[in-house]
Amino acid sequence: MNAHTPPPVSAGTAPVVALRNVHKSFGPLKVLDGVSFEVARGEVTVLIGRSGSGKSTALRCIDRFETIDSGEIEVCGLRVDNPQLDLRALRLDVGIVFQSYNLFPHLTIEENITLAPHSVKKVPKREAKTLAARVLEQVGLGDKLHAYPEQLSGGQQQRAAIARSLAMQPKVMLFDEVTSALDPELTGEVLKVIEALAADGMTMVMVTHEMGFARGIADQVVFMHRGKVHEAGPADILSSPATPELAQFVGTGL
Amino acid sequence: MGLELDFSVVLDRWQSLLDGAALTLELAFIAVICGALIGALGAIGRRGGNVLIARLCGAYVEGIRNTPLLVQIFLVYFGLSSLGLKFSAFTVAAVALTINVGAYTTEIMRAGFDSIHKGQIEAAEGLGLSKAQVYWHVVLWPAIERVYPALTSQFVLLMLASSVTSQISAEELTAVANYIQSETYRSFETYIVVALIYVVLSFIMRLGFWLLGLALFPRRRRLGTPL
Ligand SMILES: Nc1ncnc2c1ncn2[C@@H]1O[C@H](COP(=O)(O)OP(=O)(O)O)[C@@H](O)[C@H]1O
Ligand SMILES: [Mg+2]
Repeated sequence: MNAHTPPPVSAGTAPVVALRNVHKSFGPLKVLDGVSFEVARGEVTVLIGRSGSGKSTALRCIDRFETIDSGEIEVCGLRVDNPQLDLRALRLDVGIVFQSYNLFPHLTIEENITLAPHSVKKVPKREAKTLAARVLEQVGLGDKLHAYPEQLSGGQQQRAAIARSLAMQPKVMLFDEVTSALDPELTGEVLKVIEALAADGMTMVMVTHEMGFARGIADQVVFMHRGKVHEAGPADILSSPATPELAQFVGTGL
Repeated sequence: MGLELDFSVVLDRWQSLLDGAALTLELAFIAVICGALIGALGAIGRRGGNVLIARLCGAYVEGIRNTPLLVQIFLVYFGLSSLGLKFSAFTVAAVALTINVGAYTTEIMRAGFDSIHKGQIEAAEGLGLSKAQVYWHVVLWPAIERVYPALTSQFVLLMLASSVTSQISAEELTAVANYIQSETYRSFETYIVVALIYVVLSFIMRLGFWLLGLALFPRRRRLGTPL
């Protein structure tokens, strides 16, 4: 577990990710209505909330897959809301993993992983392959280098997708319901990988419906409701919610 | 009234038949290479954000798909000569066939591009790949792999359709056949032989595309499954 070495904490206490009063609408639909939260280095922030509450949109705004209407987003010192943002620089710092793995089906797992380091960071092919072997080992897929995505189970594909992101050595990882498409047995193996990453000091923002997991891993829980941060705090808020909405949400176990 | 077939006078002209077949393949080769390029660009243009370019590409495709190849050939032929430009029949044939196959390839490639999920593109963008890199690695190649069978059929069809360029006296296989049958009066025999030669040419083309596919698509080679 050493693909990711957290940078020295000497850089002060500036948050790795900060959203400040972020607003975002799709047409007439207000999806983010003044969202603010911060993610400190090495911490895990878990976004929870009902379907449609804006969790995915918030994540996508952080990685500039959506542009915001107003407010500020800062990631590793980069102003994401700046129209002149250097997208490449942002995406070197941020890794994102989606629910539907999105491995490239025509490439082997090794090629999936080496593609970005080689073509974006210009890491020589050979080094990139060594790197691929290392990150695959890290997610427990050391023997799948030469397999194609369709030859892997859903859980294995998702772990490979995580490895692909890790190979770019991001400073923060975003996970959007990465286990939602998986059977319960396969969910566990993916969550274990994420747990290990957290233990290794990776800064993460994740959307998940796995409440037990969230409780165990979260340094901060952000409960979103109707496009707003309705309640936020340490993992304890899941056991003793302050708002009836969160109480109801946790109660339903959704 | 027995059927008497005499192939000898036809087969005696094997040299001309071979030349014709070679020219047919040459025409097909040129049109396929240039047409594939036009098709890829046309599909990109048709799906791109520029409305004017998208419309132009659409008009091109519809124009070609709704007119006979022979008329397209005459249009190129007389169009160029009315501009005072003199080209060989071969050049005119190659240009007309390229324009024709380019339109069909545009449609096929468009279907291929459309089959790539948005998630694939976002995953690649999320890894930091530039727009061009995403297009090349994640859109173009899988799209080609997916429509490769359709492209192969279209290209073989083009080779067969090139026989109509005999109408402007391009010296390809059918033109040679017309000439041989008028000289030997053995029309039926001539066209039987020529039909068989076309079968062989089709086979050669399919074999060529199959081998090329093995080289281009290692996943397909190893797994044998469609993408
Ligand atoms: N690209 C989009 N265009 C229009 N509406 C969208 C788009 N993306 C999300 N939405 C809408 O925004 C709302 C919030 O979506 P999302 O952020 O995905 O919620 P969550 O991830 O919490 O389920 C939903 O009502 C969804 O339909
Ligand atoms: Mg979502």
